[in-house]
Amino acid sequence: MSPLDGPAALTARGLIRDFRGFRAVDQVDLTVAAGSVHALVGPNGAGKTTLFNLLTGFLAPTAGRIELDGHDITGLPPERVARLGVARSFQITSLFPQQTARTHVELALQSGTGLGWRFWRSHRLLERFSARAGELLDLVGLGDAGDTLAGSLAYGRKRALELAIALALDPKVLLLDEPTAGMGLEDVDRTVELIAAVRDGRTVVLVEHNMSVVGRLADAVTVLQAGRVLVEGPYEQVRTDPRVIEAYLGSSEGSADAAH
Amino acid sequence: MTSLLLQRVRTPRWAGWLLLAAGALLALWLPNGLYPAVAVDMLCWALFAVAIDLLLGYGGLLSFGHAAFWGTSAYTAGLIAAHLGVPFPVAVLGGALAAAALAAPIGYLAVKRSGIYFAMVTLAFAQLVYFVANGWSSVTGGENGLQSVPRELFGLDLSDPYYFYYAALPMAALGLLLAWRIVHSPFGRVLVAIRDNPARARALGYPAHRYKLLAFVLSAFVAGLGGGLFAVAHGFVSLDVVHWTTSGKGVVLVVLGGIGTLWGGVVGAALVVNLEDQLSQAGFTLIGLVTGGIFVLVVLLFRRGLWGSAVALLRRYSRL
Repeated sequence: MSPLDGPAALTARGLIRDFRGFRAVDQVDLTVAAGSVHALVGPNGAGKTTLFNLLTGFLAPTAGRIELDGHDITGLPPERVARLGVARSFQITSLFPQQTARTHVELALQSGTGLGWRFWRSHRLLERFSARAGELLDLVGLGDAGDTLAGSLAYGRKRALELAIALALDPKVLLLDEPTAGMGLEDVDRTVELIAAVRDGRTVVLVEHNMSVVGRLADAVTVLQAGRVLVEGPYEQVRTDPRVIEAYLGSSEGSADAAH
Repeated sequence: MTSLLLQRVRTPRWAGWLLLAAGALLALWLPNGLYPAVAVDMLCWALFAVAIDLLLGYGGLLSFGHAAFWGTSAYTAGLIAAHLGVPFPVAVLGGALAAAALAAPIGYLAVKRSGIYFAMVTLAFAQLVYFVANGWSSVTGGENGLQSVPRELFGLDLSDPYYFYYAALPMAALGLLLAWRIVHSPFGRVLVAIRDNPARARALGYPAHRYKLLAFVLSAFVAGLGGGLFAVAHGFVSLDVVHWTTSGKGVVLVVLGGIGTLWGGVVGAALVVNLEDQLSQAGFTLIGLVTGGIFVLVVLLFRRGLWGSAVALLRRYSRL
């Protein structure tokens, strides 16, 4: 059975977000099936990142409703959404430049424990997370970079660290904003394999421009255009949809696979 | 050992202990080298500066209203000491707790802003506290100040500031230790993370506002220890303790010593308090002009402050 037939992990109903008279997200309905990999695609300015920010609480919707496992999470602040099991990565790498890679993962591992409030204890308390942090760094191929400051990691490795941090939160839903953006082919392959490896037991939503990545990972695809949902459906169905081909190539020739 | 994240380059452990021992010896010797009353003032202002640095250096929040906490604690400690006859450390502790209690609602509103807006909100509340202190003269003495605050400690005679210094030193040391502990705690790590990238910290599940609020309250408590001690040391609380220039002086001490260095505030306080004393002894009347000039020079020449630059220099040479 495909996960697409199962219950929804994350849904959005009638989501609207206005920015000073400009409607970035317009009446978006989205159903992300539990355990699926769901890709959001669409041209620049289609509202993908805004939608991400709405789903994770970084923006409050002008109208509409967001549900996680059937519970209303509309308007919750980002830290609450994160604690409910929704982890995200950022489109533009967002790290703590002067802290080591391991510290990033330790901070993520600590966040659910409440240890962060202990101002009267030594920070060595956090060494209890260092073994698990090491495993996660190994998993994303940063095993040798634990002591490197995040600011001095190469671009592709920063993206990998973003992924390690998100995984450290052990999320039910993982939202990845362009996880392969700006990567070389080798790094793209490794990231795709990694996402494929960690999707078990999780729901993954990813914004992705690279259609070959979408093809290799996604069960379902939502195509956004000018803030609206153009098409939503299983990958195989969406890629041959004439409206999608039109939107991506400006004509009905070729297939969406060719589009980047 | 990678968790010394607040130090970009690791200093050897022995260097830290050596500095600590030197600092402790200096603190013990201090009232023999200069006027004991001046030495006591240094302790008070050092606590105040370290409290402001806790917020500014580690939380990225510039408070321009810490006089509210310094002053509230000074009045509270003064009143407790005058009316309850308890040992002075209890009065100081009571003052610091009152400052922390006041910081909770102010901080709740202030931490929702950042940058210059945070500074403005804290300044506005501090001005409010100033007008209350000025108007509520039946309690605070208004412009006449709060008179005859006793220095009670189990019947010991502490009227000589030389002995009072040694009675006050443990209390100041505990305040500094608390600040050091906070900075090097799991909480301190999260606070720095929030300072550097609030959006990322929130995406990790850390409620940034609440962390900043706790930092604000803790900072007010440490500032309150300084203010309470100041009241007992002088035996008198003047309206100056809640004046905005007191907030400004605290920030100047931190910038002089070095933002985000913790001990920089101690250095800044020692320097400025001593200088002010020397200048007033010499009959100089434009003290602000001299300290202001030094402030400008330090800001221009030592971007990291005196302590921050000294530490950076030491590190560079120790690696050669």
